[in-house]
Amino acid sequence: MGKRIGMEVAVAASEAAALCRFDMAAVYPITPQSHIAEHLSDIVNDGRVDASFMTVESEHSALSAVIGASAAGARVITATSSQGLMYMNEIMPIASGMRLPIVMLVANRAVSSPINIWNDHSDIMPMRDTGWVTFFSDNGQEAVDMVIQAYKVAERRDVMLPVNVMMDGFQLTHMVEPLIMPDQEEVDRFLPPLVPYATLHPDKPVSMGTLGMPDIFTESQKSKDVALINSISVIREVWKEWEELFGRKYEPVQTYLTEDADVALVTMGSMGETAEVAVDELRKEGIKAGLIKIKLWRPFPFEDLKNAVKGIRVLAVTDRAVSFGGPGGPVCSEIRSALYDEPSRPVIVNYIIGLGGRDVQVADFMTMVKKAAAGKLSEPYEYYGVRG
Amino acid sequence: MLEIRWHGRGGQGAVTSVELLALSAIGEGRFAQGFPSFGPERRGAPVAAFNRVDDKQIKIRSGIYNPDVVVVLDESLIAMVDVAEGLKRTGTLIVNTTRNLEELRANITFEGRIAVCDATGIAWKELGVPITNTTMLGAVVRMSAAVKLESLDIPIKERFGRLAIKNQTAAKRAWDEVRIINEG
Repeated sequence: MGKRIGMEVAVAASEAAALCRFDMAAVYPITPQSHIAEHLSDIVNDGRVDASFMTVESEHSALSAVIGASAAGARVITATSSQGLMYMNEIMPIASGMRLPIVMLVANRAVSSPINIWNDHSDIMPMRDTGWVTFFSDNGQEAVDMVIQAYKVAERRDVMLPVNVMMDGFQLTHMVEPLIMPDQEEVDRFLPPLVPYATLHPDKPVSMGTLGMPDIFTESQKSKDVALINSISVIREVWKEWEELFGRKYEPVQTYLTEDADVALVTMGSMGETAEVAVDELRKEGIKAGLIKIKLWRPFPFEDLKNAVKGIRVLAVTDRAVSFGGPGGPVCSEIRSALYDEPSRPVIVNYIIGLGGRDVQVADFMTMVKKAAAGKLSEPYEYYGVRG
Repeated sequence: MLEIRWHGRGGQGAVTSVELLALSAIGEGRFAQGFPSFGPERRGAPVAAFNRVDDKQIKIRSGIYNPDVVVVLDESLIAMVDVAEGLKRTGTLIVNTTRNLEELRANITFEGRIAVCDATGIAWKELGVPITNTTMLGAVVRMSAAVKLESLDIPIKERFGRLAIKNQTAAKRAWDEVRIINEG
């Protein structure tokens, strides 16, 4: 049942992709994703998977290349970060519109300007509406597991959508930590070989990604939306199967000590574990704190969230990106909107935290909870710890 | 939980040290993190790298500000970096140097335990190069009890292959030769 090892998370996530026997990779390196690019290249060069590694001159080309390979029936992988993801933006809705089961690893990093190579979520948030399934990992184990799960979800005939897996840049990608690397045999049992729905082949010509006239365009958009909405039941099924095979549980919304909580934090990504420690510390002080971790950003798990917040008086939502001139951070505005029609809902406060690598410690999460519990913040959202 | 901060210069292998130490602890069935100071690094510039080691799962992913142990791979750094910043009063500062306490006092005011090791001398002798990261691992293991000395063997072997034995010998020598010059 897998092997407990110590490994840098970027390398481990690449190893997980190798266990999925990808056929083709096209990756353009960018900090802090570079170790993924390097390691995928090593894996192919060493002949550990029967795959080709295409060197490309940009991220725009990387995603375009995997679209081509995926359309030809290959199991593909790419990876990027920050500006690279921004450069892929134009191609992302094409991947989902063509219903191609591409898997992409994103080492989350701030976007310029000012130039900043450190971690936050401002790269993925603008990609929210591109029609990709989006997983957020909390730790190295989840990054590894989610890469394998991603292929299973993406390739299901009732999904056929690209999946991207978030792992916080540096905080996760550059961390050596213990994790269980599944065996090849286990992964083979979980993930059958890809049987493409339709392929580009000269012997049987088809057209893909064609012009959509006004009389069909709305239908094509609804079809993508319905597929993404419906994918949540497949994701649940795949995660259930994962739990049975590997013993590790995944849920779209994961709760920690929320049953009797008065105040709960909401996090996405690697800060969730630090927040857990803060919850433990707050409980020692007699404060009924809890934590809600969102693991599935798209499709957004509305029902899971509604269930998770029941009985909670104050919800302190943390965001690691800014919606400039908007109603609050993207996670918070999603949650406010999700709970608007509920007959009873918590008071919601929003903290913008951890931008561009700003460290957030246990004590910071404790302060956020205490301040939120004492009353609503004076602003619609607060830049926690900001100077000026 | 034990927290360690390593000071070196880009290219001296501080990141390799934290990786090897983390792998050694994980190899013992325990829990560890090894990570660099996040960001761009330049050869020769002062860098830091970090370890956490514990018997239970480590959840904290924020930075390390009050380490239990500080390791200095390159003694020229003590004049330009406050290497003992945030070091717990009950902690240990381990410096690769041949200087005595009086000489170190020109730059280091830390009143707690200070240990020294001539890792550069050992590395020249055992490895033929002044790269002290694996050598200093031996000193760190002796002073911190982060892992057992023999737990370093497999990670060093996997990392260095046929050069492993030389690195293991250097680490063992540092384990033997590191000495406390200020009890604190």
